[in-house]
Amino acid sequence: MELPVISNNAPAAEGGGCSSSGCGTAPDGLAHLPDHIRAKVQDHPCYSEQAHHYFARMHVAVAPACNIQCNYCNRKYDCSNESRPGVVSELLTPDQAIKKVLAVAAEIPQMTVLGIAGPGDPLANPGRTFDTFRQLSEKAPDIKLCVSTNGLSLPEHVDEIAKHNIDHVTITINCVDPEVGAKIYPWIYWQNKRIFGIEGARILIEQQQKGLQMLTDRGILVKVNSVLIPGINDQHLKEVSKVVKAKGAFLHNVMPLIAEAEHGTYYGIMGQPEPTQEMLQELQDACAGDMAMMRHCRQCRADAVGLLGEDRGDEFTMDKIDVMEVDYEAAMVRRKAVHDAIIEKLEAERGVAKPKPTDIPEGSRPVLMAVAGKNGLVAEHFGHAREFLIYEASPAGVRFISHRKTELYCGGMDACGDGDVVEAGASESLLDRNIRILEGCEVVLCSKVGYEPWAKLEAAGIAPNGEHAMEPIEEAVMAVYKEIAATGKLLPQADSLKVA
Amino acid sequence: MALQITESCVNCWACVDVCPNDAIYQPDRDEAPHFLISADKCTECLGDHADPQCAAICPIEMAIVNELGEFLNPPGSLTGIPIEKLKEFGLWREAA
Ligand code: SF4
Ligand code: SF4
Ligand code: SF4
Repeated sequence: MELPVISNNAPAAEGGGCSSSGCGTAPDGLAHLPDHIRAKVQDHPCYSEQAHHYFARMHVAVAPACNIQCNYCNRKYDCSNESRPGVVSELLTPDQAIKKVLAVAAEIPQMTVLGIAGPGDPLANPGRTFDTFRQLSEKAPDIKLCVSTNGLSLPEHVDEIAKHNIDHVTITINCVDPEVGAKIYPWIYWQNKRIFGIEGARILIEQQQKGLQMLTDRGILVKVNSVLIPGINDQHLKEVSKVVKAKGAFLHNVMPLIAEAEHGTYYGIMGQPEPTQEMLQELQDACAGDMAMMRHCRQCRADAVGLLGEDRGDEFTMDKIDVMEVDYEAAMVRRKAVHDAIIEKLEAERGVAKPKPTDIPEGSRPVLMAVAGKNGLVAEHFGHAREFLIYEASPAGVRFISHRKTELYCGGMDACGDGDVVEAGASESLLDRNIRILEGCEVVLCSKVGYEPWAKLEAAGIAPNGEHAMEPIEEAVMAVYKEIAATGKLLPQADSLKVA
Repeated sequence: MALQITESCVNCWACVDVCPNDAIYQPDRDEAPHFLISADKCTECLGDHADPQCAAICPIEMAIVNELGEFLNPPGSLTGIPIEKLKEFGLWREAA
């Protein structure tokens, strides 16, 4: 097998030599992929778990129109296939989007991927979407592009997609059976008509599958997203997973349905239940299957403007960008230096063999831990975490499982502990909600935890742990696992776990 | 003969792109906060398409009306949400 330059060097070694758990290098895990896609994925900075701590992407909202209706979407807000419903992005013209991207990229060299995901369906806005891509491919060839779509107009645009610097395409595929589809998509707009029900779903599915095949045939990476809708497509998603894998999708990512009445979506108003964390994880396990190693991939972990911290987002409003002078030629040189340094650092990390866990009694059961992490370290305050990284520790080592998103409940250091306020109309406080998303975890690692959340976490059977602040995540998780193992509580006869 | 856009419009641009007559425009904010159809350009798509295209793609119920003020996409017709539920959530209104 030919390995391009930035090699993870695992494919040659039995058992994988990558120092990061869940990193996309286990040879078996990639076996289902065609060679050219496998080569692309295994060395891609965005798809290696280590690397994704260091690179960021941004989205620009240039694509307002949509050509289908999803029952979890309210078109007053952004496309819920990619982002959280209930959010409205500032709509930009392609020219404004270019200015903004260049300004952000010059300022934040870690921004390597630019995505168009909405607020509608990018391919239902081909003029605006491809104008943006064309200009960016010319002006900023060092930025990779990605696009998400519901798939309906994908086949007609595959050739155009192949022309640009497009790194990967995300297709949201919720079903492969029109009868299931009719319960998710009330209608589509197709060949100048609105088509309802099963017939509409049938056409949508046909186009999605055709587009997926056309992309992978051309060697373009395709990620498939599915929204898990209990009672509608939960069992069916396993079938979806098989089908999309067979067509060469490199990742199948299952996301939970969000259905809140106040979003005004069909599911929200009709009281369609959202999946529990357990149900989600079961499906994610079942669907990821041999693609499990790619589980961490969301291309890049953070929104680029977010990397700057809350306070700097305002520097990139349209009126400020309008008057900025960006010398992108010079910026590209700086960007390259930063990228090279990151890649060098990653390679060095990869060279270090991961210590095999020792002193863990055979037969110890695995433990799930949640980590409030930043840049690969246990570095977030519990109340500031926008997401928790879920890891499983077992005698075999530490394995990355998934991301779980939170609602920020803490407004700042001073306000800590005041987050436990039930907003009018909300049925539970944000703190309770965040604790609920940690369902199944026994420990939460963070740099700091406030007094009130500490008590509530303990009451929920989740041991808060702030003793490993600023340590690399995997080492910290293993250290805690060893501490628990040392108490003998992980062996079969131990009935309940109590971490001191 | 022309259709009109109401205040239910969410400015999603879908209709603008599919109108065969370029009849749909974004007016000055003081004129209206949403897209409008220019009455002298709109043909209700006669001669071009079997269905008026703006109404065929518009995702928002009650956003497009005919000269009689009738909704081309009445409440519940696109989402399938029953009228009682729409009323309960304040999402229902009578045609003009
Ligand atoms: S594709 Fe996106 S924008 Fe269109 S209806 Fe579905 S969720 Fe909404
Ligand atoms: S009815 Fe046809 S011509 Fe008139 S505005 Fe709608 S799309 Fe344009
Ligand atoms: S399609 Fe409907 S909601 Fe969208 S801009 Fe046109 S009238 Fe407004």
